[in-house]
Amino acid sequence: MYTLCNFIHSTIGRKILMALTGLVLVLFVMGHMLGNLQIFLGPDVINAYAYKLHHLLPVTALWAVRLVLLGTIAVHIWAAVTLTLDNRKARPQGYLEDKVVQASYSSRTMRMSGIILLAFIIFHIAHFTVRAVPAGMKGGEGGVLKITEVPLVKDGEAVLKNGHEEMTFNVNDMMVLGFKNGWVSAFYIIATGLLCMHLTHGFSSMFQSVGLRNGLWRKRLDRAALAYGWVVFIGFAIIPVAVMAGLLKQDPTGGLVSQVGETAAIIESLEK
Amino acid sequence: MNLDSKIPEGPLSEKWSSHKFNMKLVNPSNRRKYNIIVVGSGLAGGAAAASLAEQGYNVSCFCYQDSPRRAHSIAAQGGINASKNYQNDGDSVHRLFYDTVKGGDYRAREANVYRLSEVSSDIIDQCVANGVPFAREYGGLLANRSFGGAQVSRTFYARGQTGQQLLLGAYSALSKQIGLGKVKMFNRHEMLDLVKVDGHAKGIIVRNMATGEVSRHASDAVVLATGGYGNVFFLSTNAQGCNVTAAYRAHKRGAGMANPCYTQIHPTCIPVHGDKQSKLTLMSESLRNDGRIWTPKDAEVAAMIRKGETDPNSVAEDDRDYFLERKYPSFGNLAPRDISSRAAKEACDEGRGVASTGLGVFLDFRDAIKRDGQNTIKERYGNLFDMYQCITGDNPYETPMMIFPAVHYTMGGLWVDYNLESTIPGMFVGGEANFSDHGANRLGASALMQGLSDGYFVLPYTVGNYLGKQGVAAAGKVTTEHPAFAEAEANVKARIDKFLSIGGTESPRSFHKRLGHIIWEQCGMARSKEGLEGAIKDLQALRKEFWTNLRVVGDADGINPELERAGRVADFIEFGELMCRDALMREESCGGHFRVEHQTEDGEALRDDENFAFAGVWEYKGDDVDPQLHKESLIYENVELATRSYK
Amino acid sequence: MEKTMDLTLKVWRQKSANSMGAFETYGVKDVSEGSSFLEMLDTLSEDLVEKGKEPVAFDHDCREGICGSCSMTINGIPHGPEKATTACQLHMRHFHDGQTITIEPWRAKPFPVIKDLVVDRSPFDRIIQSGGFITSRAGSAVDANAIPISKVTADYAMDAAACIGCGACVAACPNASAMLFTGAKVSHMNSLPQGKAEKDRRTLAMVTAMDGEGFGGCTNIGECEAACPKSISLDMIAHLNRDYATAQVKNFFNPVT
Repeated sequence: MYTLCNFIHSTIGRKILMALTGLVLVLFVMGHMLGNLQIFLGPDVINAYAYKLHHLLPVTALWAVRLVLLGTIAVHIWAAVTLTLDNRKARPQGYLEDKVVQASYSSRTMRMSGIILLAFIIFHIAHFTVRAVPAGMKGGEGGVLKITEVPLVKDGEAVLKNGHEEMTFNVNDMMVLGFKNGWVSAFYIIATGLLCMHLTHGFSSMFQSVGLRNGLWRKRLDRAALAYGWVVFIGFAIIPVAVMAGLLKQDPTGGLVSQVGETAAIIESLEK
Repeated sequence: MNLDSKIPEGPLSEKWSSHKFNMKLVNPSNRRKYNIIVVGSGLAGGAAAASLAEQGYNVSCFCYQDSPRRAHSIAAQGGINASKNYQNDGDSVHRLFYDTVKGGDYRAREANVYRLSEVSSDIIDQCVANGVPFAREYGGLLANRSFGGAQVSRTFYARGQTGQQLLLGAYSALSKQIGLGKVKMFNRHEMLDLVKVDGHAKGIIVRNMATGEVSRHASDAVVLATGGYGNVFFLSTNAQGCNVTAAYRAHKRGAGMANPCYTQIHPTCIPVHGDKQSKLTLMSESLRNDGRIWTPKDAEVAAMIRKGETDPNSVAEDDRDYFLERKYPSFGNLAPRDISSRAAKEACDEGRGVASTGLGVFLDFRDAIKRDGQNTIKERYGNLFDMYQCITGDNPYETPMMIFPAVHYTMGGLWVDYNLESTIPGMFVGGEANFSDHGANRLGASALMQGLSDGYFVLPYTVGNYLGKQGVAAAGKVTTEHPAFAEAEANVKARIDKFLSIGGTESPRSFHKRLGHIIWEQCGMARSKEGLEGAIKDLQALRKEFWTNLRVVGDADGINPELERAGRVADFIEFGELMCRDALMREESCGGHFRVEHQTEDGEALRDDENFAFAGVWEYKGDDVDPQLHKESLIYENVELATRSYK
Repeated sequence: MEKTMDLTLKVWRQKSANSMGAFETYGVKDVSEGSSFLEMLDTLSEDLVEKGKEPVAFDHDCREGICGSCSMTINGIPHGPEKATTACQLHMRHFHDGQTITIEPWRAKPFPVIKDLVVDRSPFDRIIQSGGFITSRAGSAVDANAIPISKVTADYAMDAAACIGCGACVAACPNASAMLFTGAKVSHMNSLPQGKAEKDRRTLAMVTAMDGEGFGGCTNIGECEAACPKSISLDMIAHLNRDYATAQVKNFFNPVT
C-alpha cells in the first residue's frame, strides 16, 4: 500500500516537490524582474505598477499570495534540507582523490547557492518589504529605509478618487535610495549572480525531476536554462548598476522630501 | 557404472512429448515439502532455480559470484539459435537437429539433440515474454542473423550482448522467486563437496567465501549447473572464477565424467601479449565474413614483423599466405572453428606467426575497406574494432588485426542420461557442466540454447519425475545431522587446513600457469600419443609438487583469493590428467579433438566411427589409481554419419 | 617491444567489514602497457605473496567488461579515467611511468566494504527482487512474434538493459544514489509491451526498495552517467521519475497494489 506520505518521503517524491516549487519560483522570479525593469520607464510607471500590485487583489488575497510564495520557498527548502541530510548519510566517507567528470559547477553548488539565496531573500524582504534593515540609510530612523507616498499618476495626470489625489508608494525612490549604498548593491549583484547559477542548473533539472526530459531535450533545456539564468541576472543586476552609475534617479516631483535630506536638497535647488 | 541413457521409446520426434506424459508428477501441494539445491546461477542454473521455485519447490541456489547476475553466461556475445523459421528460409526442428549433430562431428546423443532443437522455439518465446530486448526489424518482428556452420538465419541476438540479456532474463525470474522467499540465494558461496546418502545425492558442503564459514545443506535433489572447465588451460576466454571443482568433487563421489578431452578452441581471439596476461578476449566470429586471414610466406619476414622492423602493410601480395583460402577454397576464411584454429597454429609452428610472441596471424580488412569503404566496415564491425583498439592500442582500420585461437568452451562434462541425471541418482547436471548435446564440437549460438533448454524446459520436468518416484514420504527426510554430512564437512575443512599448512614457496597462480602450459601444449589444438603420455607424467609430478610446495598466504576466515585459487587449481591438476587420459584413449580425430596420428594425407581430421562412436565416461577409482573407462555407445538412427568437408 | 612502466600504488586496505581501513603504498615494476589494470594488480598480488603478505582483495571475474564484478575507484573516478570502460578493460597504456595511482573501493553506505576493495552490492539484488522482473512462467509464453515491438522501442529497451550492475553510478554519485541503476531497469521493463502489466507496481516497489536500502537521492548532476561503463543515459532517470509520478498519481485515486 502506497500513500501520499510514502510519496513525500521517497527521494523522488521530494525531488518532484522541489521541481514543482522550483517552477513556481522560476516564474515568480521572471515576473518580479519584469516588474522591476519598469523603473527604466520612469517613476510614474513603476509607482503605478506598485499601486496595481497592492490593489489588484483584496488585502486578504494579497496576503494569501504572499503566504503561498513563502510556503513554496519553505517546501523547496524543506525538500532540499531533508534530501541533503539523507544524501550525506548515504555517503559517509568520500574519496581521497575526488574528481568530477562532467557535473557542472552550478549543479554541484546548488546547496551553497541556495543557502546564500535564502539569506538574500530574508534580507531582501526585510530591506524592501518590511523595511527593517539598518542598512546605513542616510536620513532614515536608525538607518532604516523609509518610504513616502506620492500621487498616483496615469498618462501624465494624477488619478483622482473621491475627489482626492490617489496616493501610492514611491517605489522608485525606495529602490534608488536602497541601491545608493554600495554594499547593498554589491550584495544584490552577487546574489542575483548566484540566482543565475542556481537557475542554470535548476531550470533544466526540474524537467528531469518530473521526467519531462530526454537526451535531445536535455541539451536544449540546458541551453535554455543558461539563457534564462543570464537574463534573470542581467535583468536584476542592471538596476543597482544603473543606480550606482547615476542613470536612475529619484523622482524629482515628490515623495521623500520630508524624510530624506538629500532629496530635500535636490528639491530645494529645483525650486530655486 | 550404469550408463543407461534412458532414451524414451518411439520415433525421434515423439520421444520428448511421450516422455513428458510418462514422467511422474508431484502434486502442487506436496511440492513445498521438497528442497532442491541448484549450484550455479547462469542460464541453466538460474533458469532451473526460477522454474522449479515457480512450480512450488523450495530451492536453495548457490553461486560463487557476489550476485547471480554475474554468472559467465553473461559474456556470450553472438546469439542464440532457434528453429523458428521466421526467415522462411527452410529451417525446421529437424534441420537444427541435423546441423547440431553434424557440427558435433557425430559424437552427440541423437535424442538429446532433437529435444534441444524442439524446445528451442519455446526458449525464444519465453525470453521475449521475460523482457529480453532481442534485435527487431522496423516492422516490429524479431531479427535474425546467420552464424557459422548453418545455411539458414536462425540466430536471435541482442546486439553483441545476447548472453547478458538472456542471463538477465533468467536472473530477473530468479530474483522474483528470491523476493517471494521460494528461492534462498547464497551468493559468494563455493560448493566444495557433494553429500551422498544411501547412494543418492542429498546435499552439498559449501564455503562462504566472504566469511570463510563452511556449512552443510541438505536437499532431496541436487542440480549442478556449474559451467565448463576451460580454465584448466589457465588462459582462456572464461571468467577468472570459472572452475571444475563442483563437477570434479561430484566426479570423485561417483559421477561419471564424459569426454573431458572435447574442448573448443575459438579462432578469433586477441593474441597473448606477455607473461602477465590473465585472460584472453574473444572477438566475434563474424569478423571472418570480411577479414582475410594471412601470415607472411617467409618466416624471416614474420620475424621482422615481430620485431617491429617491418610494417605488415608493406608486405607484398605475393609474399602473403592466405592459408585458409588456400587450403579450403570453398569455405575460405569461414571454415569452422576447429579447422581454422588448427590452420593458424600450423602457420605459427612453421615460424610464420606474428604478434610479439609469434603466436598470432593477421586478420586483414584492407581489401574489405577498399571494396566497401571504411564506413560500411565501421557500421558492421565498429564496436569490435573499438574493443580491439581498446585492448591492443592498434587501429585495425590502418593496420591488420592480429588474432590467435583460444580455449572457449568445453563440450565434455559430467555424464547425464536423457533426464540430465548423472550416474549419482538425484544429482542432475545442466548447461556446459554436462556433456550432453554438442558432441565433439559446438556450433556457434548453441551454448545459450542448451543452457536455457536445460534450465527452463528439461530440468523442471525431470527433477520432478525423480522426486515423484522417490515418493512424498521421503521429502525432506535427510537432514544435515546425517553422518555423511559430518564426514564430508570434515574432509572439506581438512583440505582447507592442508592448503594453509603446506607452507611451501610457490603461489597457486604459479602452479596454475604451469598446469595451463602443459595442457595447452599437449592437450590443446593438436594432441599426440607421446605428448599426452608425457603430459600425464608431468601432471602427476606437478600434483606432487603442488601438495608439498604450495604457499597460501592469509587465513580461511574471510575473503582469501589465494585459498580459493588453491582449491580450484588442486582440482584442475587432477582433472587435467583425466583430460589427457581421455585424449590418449580416443585414437581418432573428431571435432575439437585432433590427434596428429589420425589425419588424412592433407592434414584433415580422421574420425573412426567403427571404434569410437561412443561417449567415453570415466569413473574415479582413487587418488593414485587409474580411472576406469566406461562407454556409452552412440547409435545414429536418423542421421547418416558422413565426413565433414569444407574444401 | 612493449614499453613498461614503474608505478606507485596507494591502495585502500581493510581487513574486514568491521575493522578500520587505511591506505598502503606499494611499488610495482615493469608493468607492460599492454596489460590491463587488473593484470597490473595481479602483478602486485604476486609480489605481495612472494613477500608472504596478503594480496589485495578485489572483485573481478569475466575481465571482458560485461559481468560487472570489478569495482574500484581509480584516481577518484570509478573504473578509472577512460570513458565507457570497466576497470578490467582499462589498459595501462593510459598511465605513465612514475605515476602514482590511488585505488579505493566504492564509497557508499549501502555498499559496505567487506575487504580491501571488495564491497557488498547485494542491495542491487534486493532492488531487482522487489519488482525488477516481468512475470512469465516457463512454458506459458505466446509466440515471440505475437506482439510486434517497434525497433525504436526495442533499441531503447536494449540501451537501458545494457546495465551491468557494477555500481559505478552509486560510487560516482556524491549522494550515493542508485537512481541510474534503478532507472535503467525500470526503463527497460516499463518500455516493453510485455512489462506494462506490472509497470506501476514495479516502479513503486523498486523505488521503495531503493530508498529503503539507504541510497541517497538524485541531484541531476550526471556524474553517474559519466562513470557508467555502459554509458547508460540520464534519460533513464527521467523515465523513472516520470513513471514514478504517474504511478503515484494513479495510486492516489485507485491503489495499484
